[in-house]
Amino acid sequence: MDYLWAFLVGGGICIIGQLLLDIAKLTPAHVMSSFVVAGAVLDAFDLYDNLIEFAGAGATVPITSFGHSLLHGAMEQTKEHGFIGIATGIFQLTSAGIASAILFGFLVAVFFKPKG
Amino acid sequence: MSDKFVQNQYNKTIKNYQPKPNYFLNCLKAFVIGGLICVIGEALTDFYVNVFDFSKKEAVNPTVTTLILASALLTGFGVYDKLGQFAGAGSAVPVTGFANSITSAALEHKSEGLVLGVATNLFKLAGSVIVFGVVAAYVLGIIRYAWQHFF
Repeated sequence: MDYLWAFLVGGGICIIGQLLLDIAKLTPAHVMSSFVVAGAVLDAFDLYDNLIEFAGAGATVPITSFGHSLLHGAMEQTKEHGFIGIATGIFQLTSAGIASAILFGFLVAVFFKPKG
Repeated sequence: MSDKFVQNQYNKTIKNYQPKPNYFLNCLKAFVIGGLICVIGEALTDFYVNVFDFSKKEAVNPTVTTLILASALLTGFGVYDKLGQFAGAGSAVPVTGFANSITSAALEHKSEGLVLGVATNLFKLAGSVIVFGVVAAYVLGIIRYAWQHFF
């Protein structure tokens, strides 16, 4: 059942992205940026956690979860450090993703030849 | 004739010659591929929860990292870009698309050298995602923090 909801919700988010590409004629970069902002806004109203509870990876794998994690890490740190926590905590949860994307992206660029 | 008028005419004229996207088929492809990537993510989460005793929440990080590694490798082999042509948003919206944009931008500029080519262009496409994400999260964080403390 978990897998079915992950498939349906994850696929559904991608359909919204595809409609933005085809009908609104946005570029992929615009779609990804909008989705990240949308994820942060949904988290600001505590809605995104419910979606994760419900859909699991269907909500954590799309790029919207990046915006969610940014805000989530920041709010977590404000509990300990107050106002400064927004700055210190903003990459708390996403550092693994960003660091690995930089590392693997760099290594692949070094060891592979460009195709096509 | 003003430049704006000419541009408007141009936009109107080319509209008839642009291929009309097949909305339904594109959405179906995006849905299936995007959904499948999320199912793989769900399977990875299960794997990390059951084998390495992560909690369901902690397992998100290793899951995302694994997907990013897979996507970077597939981009290196030239597979992910073919998938992207087929699936559109289905491969761009999941976190794998983020890794793909970093890796492909770096690969594309490899000929310009490691520093000025690869490292400088790494965030050429993905930078906008991080900038907008951080700005949005920062502003919303300030608003939420103020809301919690003053109301």
